[in-house]
Amino acid sequence: MRVVLAEDHALLRDGLTRLLTAHDCEVVAAVDNGPALLPALMEHRPDVAVVDVRLPPTFTDEGLQAAITARGVIPGMPVLVLSQHVEPLYARELLSDRIGGVGYLLKDRISHVAQFVDAVRRVASGGTAMDPEVVYQLLARRQSPLSALTVREREVLGQMAEGRSNGAIATKLFIGEKAVSKHINNIFTKLDLPPSDDDNRRVLAVLTYLHA
Amino acid sequence: MDSRDWIRDGLRAVAGGLIAIPLAALNLPLFVLSVATLILGVVPFLGMVLFPLVTMLVRARANLARQLAGRAGVPIARPYRPLPEGGRIGPWRYYKWMLTDPATWRDLAWLVPGAVIGITLGALVLAVPLYGLEGALLIPLWIWLGTGWYGYGAIWPFDTVGDAFLSLPQGAVILSIGLAGAPYLRRVDALFTRLLLAPTRNAELRLRVSHLTVTRADTVDAQAAELRRIERDLHDGAQVRLVSLGMTIGMAEEMVEADPAGARKLLAEARETSTAALADLRHLVRGIHPPVLAERGLDGAVRALALALPIPITVETALPGRLDTPVESAAYFAVAEALANTTRHSFAHNARVDLWHTGSTLVMQVSDDGLGGADPSTGSGLRGIERRLAAFDGTMSLSSPPGGPTVVTMELPCASFSPKTTPSSGTG
Repeated sequence: MRVVLAEDHALLRDGLTRLLTAHDCEVVAAVDNGPALLPALMEHRPDVAVVDVRLPPTFTDEGLQAAITARGVIPGMPVLVLSQHVEPLYARELLSDRIGGVGYLLKDRISHVAQFVDAVRRVASGGTAMDPEVVYQLLARRQSPLSALTVREREVLGQMAEGRSNGAIATKLFIGEKAVSKHINNIFTKLDLPPSDDDNRRVLAVLTYLHA
Repeated sequence: MDSRDWIRDGLRAVAGGLIAIPLAALNLPLFVLSVATLILGVVPFLGMVLFPLVTMLVRARANLARQLAGRAGVPIARPYRPLPEGGRIGPWRYYKWMLTDPATWRDLAWLVPGAVIGITLGALVLAVPLYGLEGALLIPLWIWLGTGWYGYGAIWPFDTVGDAFLSLPQGAVILSIGLAGAPYLRRVDALFTRLLLAPTRNAELRLRVSHLTVTRADTVDAQAAELRRIERDLHDGAQVRLVSLGMTIGMAEEMVEADPAGARKLLAEARETSTAALADLRHLVRGIHPPVLAERGLDGAVRALALALPIPITVETALPGRLDTPVESAAYFAVAEALANTTRHSFAHNARVDLWHTGSTLVMQVSDDGLGGADPSTGSGLRGIERRLAAFDGTMSLSSPPGGPTVVTMELPCASFSPKTTPSSGTG
């Protein structure tokens, strides 16, 4: 798997490169600022881009903007965005093109190496990986279109937003895989999601969740 | 403007004129009293007792005039020197405090011309519409009743009944002119009042210094408290976790050969601790300067905040660019505090935030459809907002009738908006 990395701190850039290389990823480019990211993505067309939100020269949200721009040029280019903090607002912006292949994680999650590498792979193959913190912040809201969902269905949707497969959700919530698909079907019905191929519907469900 | 608006403004101005006349007339006895007490000042003690009493009366009257001018659209600040340090002072120093304040003498100088102008303009404001009303209503009625009449407006005397009926349109025109002109005449009166009753440049500076002294002390206190809180949070949070992290890794290092499974367990524990330390730091950073504020400015940060709160919040902004960092931060925390109050106390179903600017003033309005009845004297949150804004000469006003809706309006003078994003140091 070919990866383009954007991270301004040398310590983290080298660490991530080492970590990804050790897990059968090839870091084809590692940039340390915002303006260099877009050309690198255009040149290498990686399987996945791992991008820090805040990059030089402005130290604002250059990484995020570059990632969104890149997905405008190459629709669906998988991007995993990393940050010291997560904002549901940014998650919504990342997902707003309604195509999968998006991840948004706290940098803390890197320390759980296996889960992190799993998230990178999932995003590369068109899935989503939302940080539990984003999901938690959204669950804290009282009123939303999601109020029609049962507590269990909301839990399942949260797990879906984090990017888990049906099997993983079943294990996590201590229920059977059949029960999971039943809940997911209920969610799709209650959120009025149009029928289409399964992956896309999952992304749409997550998106509704983020817009709630 | 709606026609009803100018009629309402006109009527209000006429009422103002009606009140102004007796008030202005009060000036004359006050002036006589003041001069008398000044002359009596040569008699020991008598002047010292009487002069402050009369001056207090004059000040009350002048303050009333300032208030009325404010209603007519000409705000006038009170120019008096603050009482000397210590609050309670002896009668001699009190006498001196009043006698040496230039504002006392300016008040005195205003009394007679203020009375003349006040009565003249007040009478004019009353007379013109009344005369118009007379033409529009009284004449036809009197004619109908058969009472004779001599003339009105431009027609003097009446020759025919038709002439008399012409008083009706004339009266309507005069009434309209009187009502339309009344607010302007009130304004002229207010402008004259400002001429003598507004603080002089010196007095203004003195007032400014005492205001700044208070707000600086508040700001310094608030910042010191904030630093203490950050120190305590770091000391009891991230620092403890890092110490524990070091210990756990050290133990794992010792065990790695003898008990690899145990060492692995300790390392997993260490990872958990590092995650918890990061969460502590993240929470702390959010309270100091939210990262989203650095990244997106006030607009984006308020939107992000609105997303995270439990009730639906509409955010409308019309800002041309980024604010200076300190102002931006004060504005953000003021809005955040107002929204926190809304979600905590109002039982609102919906809230909205509007941010816009008029000239170089940033206006922030937080409104909700909740219970209302918010009182700034009981809510420490609203106090906090006031203090935060005061450091930048900002103000807060609250409208919260019982039953709602509650509207908090905050204003911050801001030097400029920069069109580009401003660089700030730090990491993502």
